[in-house]
Amino acid sequence: MTRNIFRLALATTALVATGAYAQDTTLTIESWRNDDLKLWQDQIIPAFEAEHPGIKVEFRPSAPAEYNAVLNSKLDAGSAGDLITCRPFDASLALYDAGHLSDLSDLEAMSNFSDVAKSAWQTDDGSASFCVPMASVIHGFIYNKDAFEELGLSIPETEAEFFAALDAIKEDGGYIPMAMGTNDQWEAATMGYNNIGPNYWKGEEGRLALIAGEQTLTDPQWVAPYATLARWGDYLGAGYEAQTYPDSQNIFTLGRAAIYPAGSWEISGFNTQADFEMGAFKPPVQNAGDTCYISDHTDIGIGMNAATDNPEAARTFLAWVASPEFAGIFGNALPGFFPLSKTPVELEDPLAKEFVSWRGECESTIRSTYQILSRGTPNLENETWGASVAAIKGTATPEELGQGLQDGLASWYEPQQ
Amino acid sequence: MKQARIRWHILVFLAPAILVYTAVMIFPLFNTLRLALYTRVDQERVFVGLENFRTLFFDPIWAEQFWNALGNNFWFFLIHMLVQNPIGIALAALLSHPRLRFAALYRSAIFIPTILSFVIIGFAWKLILSPIWGIAPSMLDAVGLGSLYAPWLGKEEYALTTLALVSVWQFVGIPMMLIYAALLTIPEEILEAGEVDGITGMAAFWKIKLPLILPSIGIISILTFVGNFNAFDLIYAAQGALAGPDFSTDILGTFMYRTFFGFQLQLGDPHMGSAIAGAMFAIILVGVCIYLFGIQTRMRRYQL
Repeated sequence: MTRNIFRLALATTALVATGAYAQDTTLTIESWRNDDLKLWQDQIIPAFEAEHPGIKVEFRPSAPAEYNAVLNSKLDAGSAGDLITCRPFDASLALYDAGHLSDLSDLEAMSNFSDVAKSAWQTDDGSASFCVPMASVIHGFIYNKDAFEELGLSIPETEAEFFAALDAIKEDGGYIPMAMGTNDQWEAATMGYNNIGPNYWKGEEGRLALIAGEQTLTDPQWVAPYATLARWGDYLGAGYEAQTYPDSQNIFTLGRAAIYPAGSWEISGFNTQADFEMGAFKPPVQNAGDTCYISDHTDIGIGMNAATDNPEAARTFLAWVASPEFAGIFGNALPGFFPLSKTPVELEDPLAKEFVSWRGECESTIRSTYQILSRGTPNLENETWGASVAAIKGTATPEELGQGLQDGLASWYEPQQ
Repeated sequence: MKQARIRWHILVFLAPAILVYTAVMIFPLFNTLRLALYTRVDQERVFVGLENFRTLFFDPIWAEQFWNALGNNFWFFLIHMLVQNPIGIALAALLSHPRLRFAALYRSAIFIPTILSFVIIGFAWKLILSPIWGIAPSMLDAVGLGSLYAPWLGKEEYALTTLALVSVWQFVGIPMMLIYAALLTIPEEILEAGEVDGITGMAAFWKIKLPLILPSIGIISILTFVGNFNAFDLIYAAQGALAGPDFSTDILGTFMYRTFFGFQLQLGDPHMGSAIAGAMFAIILVGVCIYLFGIQTRMRRYQL
């Protein structure tokens, strides 16, 4: 008898529990930002859930390098989350074309974004937008202020000053001049070539001319950055060939290196790791007084899985992501990811403020290889990784690298043929 | 005359194994080969016959990558054959020496890396060899050979050999165990008979034991061949899908993964990926056939 009562009690609690559960819709977010797991769980998701009782959100990231492969497999298998964090341009466009992402053009909150911000997640003719723009990242260099003070260095404005500073640090010997490795390859292209390059090809002007076929990768403005990268090799730490991305981050935050070629996404991580004061300077221009160009790359958007079971809840979440409120929370929770919404966001982090202030001084552009040019085989972005590494190691001349990339691009991209 | 009964129990007992094997091995294999004959045009799957293979072997961009991966794969295999298997045999010969003390301890110690995960091995060796945190540079320094250190995993000319040696370190236990088992089956009387004829020590190994364990060495070679041409995990764990530096450690497995699933801005292409998988299957099939029909059948066996 007692046993029966016990069973009954168990059954009722189980029922009650499932009853409470069924009222909530749970949305799952796919993302490659596994570094941000804590911020989503502690700040962003609670803020949303407080306003929207009944919708639970779960952030489920995977490793950055595997994200695209993992996501594609999950989407094909039908096991992907309701909300998909979107890589810019073709990776997401392919998902939209394959019917995995919903068209969000009719989402009212999309009007909070400029056309440039939306362009990374639109069809080529701009007729459909499929991801809500979340943030962009800005390239530049982060430096160790203590080291610069110790050596009496000031922020380099021109390339000559930049290399003079590197020489001074190398001479002193106390610090590795620049923390970057070539083992993982992408840093060389992303934090190297596409960081300093816009000053050579004049940002959007060169990028759009390349897409239109009016410039080629063998033109001096596209080859010269490789020549500059070739000089970097002398200033990277011993054994930089086998130095990985986390190695470089650690070397810098442990205070062993003076300069870190960076993307602004490093800021929140560095803030918690480094116990010295950091500053940032923008990619140096060739001659004092030249217009400066920065890579202000539309990097993250978020869209809706077309196969989601909870489209209403997902749209509610996306509308919230597009709101100025989210921009404020996101921009400050993740300093270094700069919200793209039209309403300006007041940032608190000094380093992030430094980065974002360049938007006022310089012309913004995005990474040269991302739009359209990485659609075919060979993939221009991946080729650029290899070329940038080869430039730094000195295994090929800048002219050879430019020629190799141009041949690859011309093999499938009509405007360049 | 009594009609032969159908022996149902044979079918019943075979069924589970055949069903499971068909579902998880045979069906995926043939489906992959089928997938290689299609391509995707505007979201539609189109049959193109052997077009993907033509691209793979003759399109300059694809062919360069394919031959590079295949060449690297042969080098990877060669290192295993030249380093792993002789060391395995030597270790087994030492271990089977009757007067060796702590043989069980050595045996386990050498075999343990084999049961570790690739990810652990890749990560541990990456750390050991790291120019920044690794113990390799400081250990070499300690014995005065610091100048010999190089960031091996980051240099085009060394990276693949280094990884092959790491893999040898991991798997040397397998040939050792197989040869060890073969050596134990050699009856004492044969060795004693040899001794009576004046064959002792090293001569006994070369003239009596080695011919008797040759079939095991053959099996090990073919296992190494299949294992190496299917390899992927270690390279991926240590160098990532791009198999850097500059594709110098790219083998067929990583090339297939990158093509099939895509990488960074490169979108996955299951059809070309399947074509590479098909080529891998053909290479392994040919290799195994050469062994089975060319070597195995001609190998002399001795009745013990």
